[in-house]
Amino acid sequence: MYELAQSIRFFSDFQASDLAFLAEAAGRTLLISVLSVSVGTVLGCVFGWLLSVSRWAGAVTLGLILDAFRSIPLIIQLILFFNFFPIIGFPVNPFAAGTFVLVFYTSALVASVARGGIEAVPITTRRAARSLGMTYWQDMRYIVWPIGLRAVLPAWAGVALGVLKDSALVSVLGYVELLRASQILVTRTQEPFLILTVVGAFYFALSFPISRATASLERRWQK
Amino acid sequence: MDYTFHWRPVFRKLPDLLEAGLLTLEVAIEAMLIGILLGLVLAMVRLSGRRSITWFAVSWVEIARNTPALLQLFFFGFGLGAFGIHLSPFWIVLCALSFNNAGYLAENFRGGFQAVPDTQIKAARSLGMTYAQTYLRIVIPQVLRIVYHPMTNQMVWSVLMSSLGMLVGFRELTGETQFLASKTFRIFEYFLVTAIIYYVIVKVILGGSRILSWRLFRY
Repeated sequence: MYELAQSIRFFSDFQASDLAFLAEAAGRTLLISVLSVSVGTVLGCVFGWLLSVSRWAGAVTLGLILDAFRSIPLIIQLILFFNFFPIIGFPVNPFAAGTFVLVFYTSALVASVARGGIEAVPITTRRAARSLGMTYWQDMRYIVWPIGLRAVLPAWAGVALGVLKDSALVSVLGYVELLRASQILVTRTQEPFLILTVVGAFYFALSFPISRATASLERRWQK
Repeated sequence: MDYTFHWRPVFRKLPDLLEAGLLTLEVAIEAMLIGILLGLVLAMVRLSGRRSITWFAVSWVEIARNTPALLQLFFFGFGLGAFGIHLSPFWIVLCALSFNNAGYLAENFRGGFQAVPDTQIKAARSLGMTYAQTYLRIVIPQVLRIVYHPMTNQMVWSVLMSSLGMLVGFRELTGETQFLASKTFRIFEYFLVTAIIYYVIVKVILGGSRILSWRLFRY
């Protein structure tokens, strides 16, 4: 009995295989963020365009809905939707609920960015394009898109980085991404400081290159 | 749909929720004030250009901006235990939010200070103003105007981020909601009401700051 107690250890130290576990979890963080940001950006551009063209009734309705996504903590949105789907008869897994919420969260943030981009193009420039015979969509494609993109790309990158970091909250629903993986390891190894530092380094490695690249791009465009 | 909504338990606990909302506001405002002070110091340190101290400010700002707020919260909550520091939930949230706010605000302040032309400082100095007068009357008012909007946004983020306190056992608005919801299993109802309270808080902050900005920046 004594020997058994000696041979079983409930806690084991941080091992090399745990790094692989964290790397896999980092892959999941990347997956859910890339998915949410790409779908959310497309939706957000549509919403932004709608906001910029619609008369006040449409703009107010859509604006209010998008505003709610921006003014309610993401953690509450996640819990709400995760509990709402079973109510209407569609129980969903944490990944689906998390992605759903993150997509709309991203689209709400991107919508105001996209609207800003469209409004950054002087109306005179657009009138000039139209009077040169361009159609509305040609004007959108060849005039508004390139000029507006330059104006708001840094803001968009900020949103994308924000979503990458906010995706940590999906751990609340039980999706094993980077932060949740760290909690699992902390429970086993009882070394929160070490593991949180390693996970912090993982997040930093994901986020820092993007923020640096955007900053240098912004600087180059300002010249 | 065979789910029956029960709103009564939620409304009976509404006073508790509103009280917890005040706690949320309190911790968010305190973290914001500390964040502004630390952010100003960090921005000045970074602009001072002394290598021996700028690395500290730079790493603070980059860590605060490039890791999730939740990770920072866990760090203050669980990570500091390695050094024998055990904070109460309130202090965990306050420290983590201040750390995060300071990092984001420092960048805004840095941009603000850089936007005030050097020639203005020289002009003020040659008009006989002391260094302190120059800063108080010429530089700071302009910086304040530039960073006012980002600061308002950061205040909103501060409120939203404080909701993470739930995960370290802090009974602010979200934590209290979770506590009450787990007693009654009316999770959706409780969190919907809480979402509305957050929405109102954020709108009040944004509206208040707009009114204040009319008063402050009339000229």
